[in-house]
Amino acid sequence: MTEAVDFETLLRRALVPIEPPDELTQRLEDTLVELTELAADELEAWELSTMRDPRNWMRPAAAVVVGGAATAALVVVRVRRRHERRRPQPGLVGLAERALRDVAEEARRVAFRDR
Amino acid sequence: MEEGTRTKAQLDEEFSELYRRHLRDVFSYSYYRVGNHHDAEDLTEQTFLQAYRHFERALRESDGRPLRPWLIRIAHNLAANFYRDRSRRPEAAMEDAGVISAPHDTESLVEGRDELKRILAGVQELPDDRREALVMRFALGMDNREIARAMGRSDGATKVLIHRAIRQLEGKVEGYGDHGRSSKKGGAPRDGATRSDGGPRG
Repeated sequence: MTEAVDFETLLRRALVPIEPPDELTQRLEDTLVELTELAADELEAWELSTMRDPRNWMRPAAAVVVGGAATAALVVVRVRRRHERRRPQPGLVGLAERALRDVAEEARRVAFRDR
Repeated sequence: MEEGTRTKAQLDEEFSELYRRHLRDVFSYSYYRVGNHHDAEDLTEQTFLQAYRHFERALRESDGRPLRPWLIRIAHNLAANFYRDRSRRPEAAMEDAGVISAPHDTESLVEGRDELKRILAGVQELPDDRREALVMRFALGMDNREIARAMGRSDGATKVLIHRAIRQLEGKVEGYGDHGRSSKKGGAPRDGATRSDGGPRG
């Protein structure tokens, strides 16, 4: 029994969770934000087979804007992640200002794409 | 709540939460499945894209149960397609995962690396279903029920699968110890386990 537990401890040490690289996170979040802008019928038509070639993942033809609200959640994800990556800020005011700046910047990016 | 009345914004918000919670799980699973970072990134990306497409239906059908098994199942199916399409097999490059990620003190470094390498090599040689069950249990921390759902098996069958996988792996690792390190005949993994208890990670 003890031996089994010991071996499981070793297994836990060997099979550690792997952190995804930042480039993947950034790329994936960009893609997901773009996807929220696709109309539902386009998503239906977007066959999985086209996804096998990585060059097709990012640019399914002619994206149609569904609405600003749809992208809000993913914008929030991005802003949160940035805060998680950053070191603690000197004060609450600075943190709040930075958060506001991030939200505005992210919203601007999304809005800019809508044009 | 009213399942049918979710707006697209609500769906997107729930998907964001799912993504945030399980990105590391999907990447870890993918990495241990394909054995290298590059393909693991592709697989992770495809998994979330496909999950996004089918998210609304998955939510409807989940009856409030966690969606992690569903995500892992998508990754599993995509990995199967990946190998079929490209006639590839997993690479034996997993050894850097635990060895690099787990901190060691200097005294146990060499011994620890050997042990972890033997275990990872053994994991690579297990049949697919056993290897995946172990990855889900130990790398992702999934319980039997979640693993059962991800693998489309009963809870009982999953419990047996994991038990047999651990036993088989233990036998393999002992075998490596016998052949690879004659001065430590027989008990290398268990000795290692004892030493590891005093190491920096419990």
